[in-house]
Amino acid sequence: MVVQPLPLDEPPPVAGRSLWQDAWIRLRRNRAAVASMVVLVLLALVGIFGPALWPHPYNRVYPQFVRVPASLEAYPRADTILPAFERELRRTRLDAGPPVLEGSEITVEVRADEAIDPRVLRYFERSDLFSNPRLDLAEDGRSGTIAVDVQRLHFFFGTDAIGRDLVARIMIGVRISLAIGILASFMALVLGVTYGAVSGYLGGRVDNVMMRIVDILYSLPFIFFVILMVVFFGRSLVIIFIAIGFTEWLDMARIVRGQTLSLKRQEFVQAAEALGATRLGILTRHIIPNTLGPVVVFVTLLVPKAILLESLLSFLGLGVQDPLTSLGLLISEGAANMRGALWLLIWPALTLTLILFALNFLGDGLRDSLDPKDR
Amino acid sequence: MLIYTLRRLASAVPTVFVIITLTFFMIRMAPGGPFDLERPIDPLIMANLNRAYNLDAPLWSQYLTYLSNLLHGDLGPSFTKRDFSVNDLFAVGLPVSILLGSLALLVAVVLGTILGAWAAIRQNSGVDYAVVGLATFGITTPNFVVAPLLSLLFGVVLGWLPAGGWSNANPAYWVLPIVTLALPQVAVIARLVRGSTIEALRSNHVRTARAYGLPTRVVVGVHALRAAMLPAVSYLGPTAAGLLTGSVVVETIFGIPGIGRYFVQGALGRDYTLVMGTVVVIAIFVIFFNLVVDLVYAWLDPRVRYD
Repeated sequence: MVVQPLPLDEPPPVAGRSLWQDAWIRLRRNRAAVASMVVLVLLALVGIFGPALWPHPYNRVYPQFVRVPASLEAYPRADTILPAFERELRRTRLDAGPPVLEGSEITVEVRADEAIDPRVLRYFERSDLFSNPRLDLAEDGRSGTIAVDVQRLHFFFGTDAIGRDLVARIMIGVRISLAIGILASFMALVLGVTYGAVSGYLGGRVDNVMMRIVDILYSLPFIFFVILMVVFFGRSLVIIFIAIGFTEWLDMARIVRGQTLSLKRQEFVQAAEALGATRLGILTRHIIPNTLGPVVVFVTLLVPKAILLESLLSFLGLGVQDPLTSLGLLISEGAANMRGALWLLIWPALTLTLILFALNFLGDGLRDSLDPKDR
Repeated sequence: MLIYTLRRLASAVPTVFVIITLTFFMIRMAPGGPFDLERPIDPLIMANLNRAYNLDAPLWSQYLTYLSNLLHGDLGPSFTKRDFSVNDLFAVGLPVSILLGSLALLVAVVLGTILGAWAAIRQNSGVDYAVVGLATFGITTPNFVVAPLLSLLFGVVLGWLPAGGWSNANPAYWVLPIVTLALPQVAVIARLVRGSTIEALRSNHVRTARAYGLPTRVVVGVHALRAAMLPAVSYLGPTAAGLLTGSVVVETIFGIPGIGRYFVQGALGRDYTLVMGTVVVIAIFVIFFNLVVDLVYAWLDPRVRYD
């Protein structure tokens, strides 16, 4: 009797999921975190490409549009165009008929006793309101028509106290603030992880001394270093992010040290030691990668802290300098001008709050998704 | 307990010493001096000034002089605010900062605990979401945004409170600075208390208390909150020190004569003694409040023993 083997279906291979894949799946379920990621990516794109694409350069001053309120309508306002045109026209000292506004073009008949010098057009070229002035002269050169295009400028968030477009300035501010937040956090990350891992892994007296140093640095006012560094080396972007990085690595060092203390007792580290791996190899291959979960969470919470710190410095007048700007500097200028021009405070403050909100939600989401207790 | 306290205080002495030494030499290494002006001063006058303030002595002897004066409680003369010693400045400014800071701290602890516990009891309800939202708002909105807006709204538009300025006698001047100082701390404490209360409500001792039939008021107020306060308490140590030593931003915006501004002013004007004095005061406050936190910890959590 022949036993027919039952046809067995090949079992589908079980795909293993790493900690990071698990975390990613959990993170995607958290709507606030996903929305925050979208917002942050959009803001980062705005910060990177916005200033180049936006029609107004961030340092361009429009003297005729100082402190105009935020508005969706174009400037100049319809009722101010003709008076402004007539003002320029008077400076040309020509006899002129009534100017006619058609669409975005103004034409006017002009006459003079002598031949008209085409250089009168300069008056219109210099104005922010008009562009492309043209002069059509008659045969005798004493009469003709001047035509100019009205430049329609949009200042969606208004302009600042010397007439720069606030949207362009906020874009640059987002760029600077995000860059400082990320670079300073990266700096704190490198310093803190190295210091904490070395301290925790070596242990004993070295650990004691290294942690005592951290304790002492903790008791110094946090803003102390920053101010001293800025005072020492002058105000530049690099100094600011190094200074912030230097003040923010202490917590990171403590977290990583705590993690390392528990990791170094575990079997896989003992196994690596038994296999003869070097201390450096164990640190970089086995210990540091395993501390990354809490570290990633902490970094997301560190970025808003660094941004706030930079804003605080700029607010105190120690940060980036005009014409470059950051959100903190914009808020400080807005606070100085808020009685007549509230939009100068509102828009930068809203942008900063939006960034900080998004980073906080993302940090919370990451913590929830990387927390092994949650499984 | 007394021995523990004394030991802690004794171990704080070297820390303060190291901080003072570090600060002293770091601020001295900064380029420029307290008497540098746009236009250079006559060298003779400069030499006289330096002699008057003992700046011509070698650095180590200045350091020793400073230390010995400090031991006698003398923080030295201010370099930029002529006719004032740092002691005078602090005698005026410190009470103001401590008054504002302690009231803000009180508001933050009371309001933060109530909101946090309330959100935890009603977890995942409207109240909970409102508290969490408010807390996130409080944490993410920097005080230099809150302060001008409050001043504009209540001081200028509504006209209910003074928009700025200070009066020791009139509490109306205190309200806006206290709100500004307390808001972020309320937010953090509410979040911490909410998180730990949720955990505490599920713990065994709370279940036991419920099984005894104690009213919810007692269960939450006595048994759960006692354990739930621990993370907030350890957060409060450095925070209290920060609040009581004044805030640069709040003092600048509202024009308050506290000591928070002195650090920035001192560092920028190379007012060596003023910077040193601020650092000493802050370090003492930090150490004192960390000690208080540890003692409160032992009182709240009987498992913690310090002998």
